[in-house]
Amino acid sequence: MWLSAQQRGPVTLGFALTIALCVLTPVLNLLWTAAAGSFEHWGHLARYVLPQALQNTLALLAGVGILVVIIGSACAWLVTAYEFPTRKVLTWALLLPLAVPTYIIAFAYLDLLHPIGPIQTALRTLLGYDSPRQFRLGDLRSLWGAIFLLGMVLYPYVYLSTRAMFMTQAASLLEAARTLGCSPLQAFTRVALPLARPAIAIGLTLALLEALNDIGASEFLGVQTLTVSIYTTWVTRSDLAGAAQIALSMLVIVVGLILFERNNRKRQRYATTQRMRPMARIRLKGPVAVVALVLGWLPVLLGFVAPAGYLLAETFKRLRLVGTVSDALLASLFNTLTLAATATVVTVVAGLVLAWSGRQLREGARASLGRLLGRIASLGYALPGTVLAIGLLGPLVFIDRSFAHLFGSAGLLLTGSMLALVLAYTIRFLAISVGSTEAGLARIAPSIEQASRLLGETSAGTLRRVHLPLLRPALAAGALLVFVDAMKELPATLLLRPMNFETLATWLYAEAARGTYEEGAVAALAIVVAGLLPVILLARADLKIGHALESKDA
Amino acid sequence: MKSTHPSSVNALRALALVTALGAVAPAWAAEEVSLYTTREPKLILPLLEQFTRESGVKVNTVFVKDGLLERVRTEGTQSPADVLMTVDAGNLLDLVEGGVTQPVKSKTLEEVIPANLRGADGQWFALSLRDRVLYVDKDLGLKSFTYEDLADPKYKGKVCIRSGQHPYNTALIAAMIAHDGAAQTEAWLKGVKSNLARKAAGGDRDVARDILGGICDIGLANAYYAGQMKNAAPDTDARKWGDAITVVRPTFANAKSGGTHVNITGAALAKNAPNKANGVKLLEYLVSEPAQVSYAQANYEYPVRKGVKLDPVVQSFGELKIDPLPITEIVKNRKLASELVDKVGFDN
Repeated sequence: MWLSAQQRGPVTLGFALTIALCVLTPVLNLLWTAAAGSFEHWGHLARYVLPQALQNTLALLAGVGILVVIIGSACAWLVTAYEFPTRKVLTWALLLPLAVPTYIIAFAYLDLLHPIGPIQTALRTLLGYDSPRQFRLGDLRSLWGAIFLLGMVLYPYVYLSTRAMFMTQAASLLEAARTLGCSPLQAFTRVALPLARPAIAIGLTLALLEALNDIGASEFLGVQTLTVSIYTTWVTRSDLAGAAQIALSMLVIVVGLILFERNNRKRQRYATTQRMRPMARIRLKGPVAVVALVLGWLPVLLGFVAPAGYLLAETFKRLRLVGTVSDALLASLFNTLTLAATATVVTVVAGLVLAWSGRQLREGARASLGRLLGRIASLGYALPGTVLAIGLLGPLVFIDRSFAHLFGSAGLLLTGSMLALVLAYTIRFLAISVGSTEAGLARIAPSIEQASRLLGETSAGTLRRVHLPLLRPALAAGALLVFVDAMKELPATLLLRPMNFETLATWLYAEAARGTYEEGAVAALAIVVAGLLPVILLARADLKIGHALESKDA
Repeated sequence: MKSTHPSSVNALRALALVTALGAVAPAWAAEEVSLYTTREPKLILPLLEQFTRESGVKVNTVFVKDGLLERVRTEGTQSPADVLMTVDAGNLLDLVEGGVTQPVKSKTLEEVIPANLRGADGQWFALSLRDRVLYVDKDLGLKSFTYEDLADPKYKGKVCIRSGQHPYNTALIAAMIAHDGAAQTEAWLKGVKSNLARKAAGGDRDVARDILGGICDIGLANAYYAGQMKNAAPDTDARKWGDAITVVRPTFANAKSGGTHVNITGAALAKNAPNKANGVKLLEYLVSEPAQVSYAQANYEYPVRKGVKLDPVVQSFGELKIDPLPITEIVKNRKLASELVDKVGFDN
């Protein structure tokens, strides 16, 4: 390196600004598209579409939000504060629903709970009815159904962030609370929960953004959300400008969510210089232990075991019929893993650069610029996948054309290869890595950094020798979340992929488009199983931290 | 700095070239054709393989769901696409209107495809037809039906259908607007809405599944799904759903029509097709006798070529009397149809 230490700060900032610009580009492009269109359909939208869509969207977000906060934080507390049979396994099993995409859980439950599905059939046999025309339960296709299903696969975001907070923060404070006469429940509601609020807010924001952008489950369940009306405007009415206008208006909700999360984080400084130490768990016995066991496993059962078991059964049926898994499916598995891994590395590095320079700026004179960077980074997660892809298409092709012009080659450098997808994934999932890195940084007290700088270490050296080792768990968690999300990504992949290129998600979608869901079960199972890999890694990393803490404690 | 400058540019240039080579190498291969399709390509994969065997032309495919037009338009002169294929008349004509197609002059195409099923200027061609029919609980014994009957109050709580905004439904509603007028169509939509047994959601096959599940008695869906389900292997779920229904081909009550609504799958030659001749060759192959037989017997659709033998199950649905309304009329009313769906809150 030929730059002096003083010059490196601006270099990092330069990278950060470049990344932010990359995220802004599709948004600005959409803004351009939206502004170029006519606004005459807004009368129609305001009268017939938006009131219902807005109401549905807000109800969905509220419902999913309540569900994921209750399940996520209660489970995190249960496995951190209490000891009961199977607790250790449950600790990582609670993450499993992360591997199930929303469109797969919706599809699985529609079949499981259908009047001719296994559950209602068994119920009819039990009650002595022989036709669904005599007896059947209510239909799953409703707002309530959507809230339930989305909640069951999105709660791990809250669980993950909240548990990390309980493990590293709560011990001494909780013990103090207990010493001062709080019951375990009081300790939870009066100390642990307020302490965990920023962590809950991070997980909640991610879960809500995911729910907001969902299109697959809403389509299956017939819930008319804002995202669905964006698609209708674009696909059915061929009005891309109109769709861009609605998408950008929806960003208002998102910016609101992000501000809510930042505000929650800003109010208090949670950094600690104390050694991390887990709290002593209370051993549950008898019926109470059974209740804890059942309640703890219920989300795993509903969010993972039921849909995965269903897919397994369907896959067996399918394999009995056909006998083999095709080479093309294996090729798309390979594509999926390569793509997700590449995108994860790029996203985590970009997230680290952004979070780091954001922190530097906040400590320095340009605090507002630092905050702005973080917020811009979250925009990509806020747009529906296809809308983001449409916004990216123009800039990508512009680069391709410039390259072709410059080097006189035919063909498309970015959109003709995986690079376009890597870029799209990075922009889309940057919010996750920035968020987890920032949360991790926030836990490192500024005094540690000041000590390092006082002792003569440079800013970059401090990052490398002090922060990175401390950040490892946060980075790992962010990386694995990005990996899982990248594997499940469908809409942007469909639009931006090169020719003859399939991922598991596009494969599954193609099967669904043919109306042959049964064959799709194999691909769906592959997505879930491949998604398990990072989830297990995540769990192991998490457990390792836990073990390290426990052994230190001992 | 100065001395390193050219070498780093060279390195960059080499890198770019290598990447570009890896990415687009097929673009320089001698005989190939690239197909962008909103139709799932596996359905027509056997066809494409046969085409490659006969002509020696390799077929590259990318299956795009939404945004085919946007992608091709943005790629512009760099676009590798030769042939564009869609499964809905509206989407196909959007491509023409979006200026990403070019006229084809081909005697074969003009002889095989009836004039009302292709653009007058050769900008688009229909390859197969899909009739939108009524699935009926097999115990009901219903024999004839008009689309207008769906709003009859005697079917209250007995009708299943997918989202009103789906192109298959907006095309049908657009045709009804052309026949019966917007006001009457709106009243009809309200009537159908109040007859719905469940939310207007899911896919066409769900209609058969929900009829078996006792949720509804009748519902609209495309005929080829019934062909698929009734031809599925015994004991599969799909076969059970297919066996639970009979297919009735509704007609428009309007005397001018008296026919069944059909949509098309079709294709066009891309404006900047790098392999124009191969593109035309592929289009011509797709309407050839063996290709059209495959459309009819593997996909259960209606061929555009006359005299092609149908799948026996589809044959058993009876004669198809096609609504004579021009495709372009349907496409013209599509936006209004979509707005009426919003207006009556069909999907809410």
